[in-house]
Amino acid sequence: MTIAADQPSEVDDVVLRVDQLVVEFVNGKKRVQAVSGVSFEVRAGETLGLVGESGCGKSTTGRALIQVQPATSGSIEYRGVALNKLSAKELRRVRTKVQMIFQDPISSLNPRRRVKDIVAEPLVIWNQGSKEEQAERVRTMMEKVGIDPDVAGDRRPREFSGGQCQRISIARALMADPELLICDEPVSALDVSVQAQILNLLADLKAQFGLTMVFIAHDLAVVKNVSDRIAVMYLGKLVEISPADDLYDYAAHPYTEALLTAIPEPDPEAGGHHVPLQGELPSPLNPPSGCRFRTRCPYAQDVCAEVEPPLQEVGPGHQVACHFPRPKASAAH
Amino acid sequence: MARNQERLTFPPLGQPGDPLLEVRDLHTSFRTTRGTVQAVDGVSLSVASGRTLGVVGESGSGKTVLSRSIMGLLPPRDVVRSGTVEFAGHDLTTLPPEQLRQVWGAELSMIFQDPMTALNPVKRIGVQITESIRLHQGLSKKDAMASAVALLHQVGIPSPEDRVRWYPFQLSGGMRQRVMIAIALACSPRLVMADEPTTGLDVTIQAQILDLLSSLQKERNMAMILVTHDLGVVANRADEIAVMYAGRIVERAPTKKLFANTHMPYTRALMDSIPRLSDPSGTRLTAIGGRPPDLINPPAGCRFAPRCSYAQDKCHQSEPPLRSTGEPGDHLFACWYPLSGSATVPVTLKEPPSAGSPTPSNPATPPKDPS
Repeated sequence: MTIAADQPSEVDDVVLRVDQLVVEFVNGKKRVQAVSGVSFEVRAGETLGLVGESGCGKSTTGRALIQVQPATSGSIEYRGVALNKLSAKELRRVRTKVQMIFQDPISSLNPRRRVKDIVAEPLVIWNQGSKEEQAERVRTMMEKVGIDPDVAGDRRPREFSGGQCQRISIARALMADPELLICDEPVSALDVSVQAQILNLLADLKAQFGLTMVFIAHDLAVVKNVSDRIAVMYLGKLVEISPADDLYDYAAHPYTEALLTAIPEPDPEAGGHHVPLQGELPSPLNPPSGCRFRTRCPYAQDVCAEVEPPLQEVGPGHQVACHFPRPKASAAH
Repeated sequence: MARNQERLTFPPLGQPGDPLLEVRDLHTSFRTTRGTVQAVDGVSLSVASGRTLGVVGESGSGKTVLSRSIMGLLPPRDVVRSGTVEFAGHDLTTLPPEQLRQVWGAELSMIFQDPMTALNPVKRIGVQITESIRLHQGLSKKDAMASAVALLHQVGIPSPEDRVRWYPFQLSGGMRQRVMIAIALACSPRLVMADEPTTGLDVTIQAQILDLLSSLQKERNMAMILVTHDLGVVANRADEIAVMYAGRIVERAPTKKLFANTHMPYTRALMDSIPRLSDPSGTRLTAIGGRPPDLINPPAGCRFAPRCSYAQDKCHQSEPPLRSTGEPGDHLFACWYPLSGSATVPVTLKEPPSAGSPTPSNPATPPKDPS
């Protein structure tokens, strides 16, 4: 569901509010800004897609949302509670409501534990229910994610494929009954056929548990499939944010346009119209002045090197940070 | 290289379209403690000079074993291989290791999936590129390094003079894959095997790498086998596509024909599982339920039948042979009830993984009787 931005959003509606988030890593004497002032909101029941190339800071943003990676400055509010100001004890409690699933499904599961123990862990930590009740809830959850508890419960993660391990991770994340689920590249290590299974599963569970999601990935086709709104990141900055369907109809930022055309079209007749993006992401140690995308941008002009473009409205709920947003007509495929 | 071994001779490079690689009835199995895994089970294929064959399948379909088995890269211990691999006039299955080494890198090379683990982490990339040039072409260290610089330039690595002295960890994933390509192409091979060359890379870098491979291929009249799990990757780049399932080729056709007139429900299902940008957000994907079968004990009949929504009794009992559609253009498929026509009839595949006994369901289209 898409929430129009011109509607005043009610306070209750906003699950997560990120304001001017900055995450720095210290490398010797150098400071690297992985995330440089990112702001967005996630409303109840929606899925926000976060998309960009490796190194753009999307995973760091995701990790900062649950404070696995501490924020250097800025604020992250979950339901009005500033997560980066909480004590370790309070943060632990909030994390039952904000859960995360990771990119590599196999290495995010403890190889030495049995699957049913992995899934039961959140209940054990919070001491919820008796042993029997816990076992019952584990069974129910495993069935919901499509893993047979009788066959799989006593096995260990190495006996499962990547797709099945991702199902187990999802089951574990949902055991604590979270409201917000952060998915960091949950399908990029999987085959397309398995990817479709996991995306469908996430959509089903979202509806069933009333989840709000932040979905991080590098493939816009995948992100578009699951998201209500999409935020595009480039080198630590948000360059475009828009309702998902609008973004495909009209990608205002040249970077978004490039991301869209890079996706291989499963159609032999479609061939050859894409404009490949030249080069790679510049080093965040020394980001380009002005607009950070200008070094790879085919439309860059002098002003792009001097003035950093602010996010500005180009449509309802559609903002772009570019001095020369793409005209609407040429963006149509 | 053993000095006493006679040198292999190769015919001059053929015109585009001349036969180059001919694999006939290749079987490769692994002996394990659980039993024999029949990873490649009777695969025949051919690649002509300058052409691209896409090999597509899920994890566990045997596509990586196939490419390594063609190369002869699998260890002899506990691996049983039969069939013939004829490459530029030589049967690779019968060549002794010393002679195979004259083929690898020089005439037939490979780009591996994971450039981080395929490169030697403690050697400078220049040394890794020049290794095969010096071995096969006998160039001096200096000349070989000069050609390494030229190669890095060709694969689009900026300031190659400095980068030859870098180590793999100093490069990004995309750059490492470019180095892998430079190594594979260093001796201008006739055929390059690219095993999932872009898996794990960003879509933007994937597009760059695939474009680079196609342009180098045209320049050098090089044939390529592009192995991938994503039909989208090969749709615009392969001349012909072979779809693998459970160790066998289940459909093989020129690319346009395969997409326009898909016969095998598995191929259709692979196409449908790709999320499309043109679909509105929230569109439900058509997933293939379940997983490829265990190759120690493959199901009787058609191996895809337990996951196929068109499966009937016959599919579970007897195995469909790989046969031709009879049209010109060499379209082969292995299915008792092939899909008729193009994408007009969507395949609805079983959503939950149906464990144990599969229930045959009625096909959505009246099946053609295969007589």
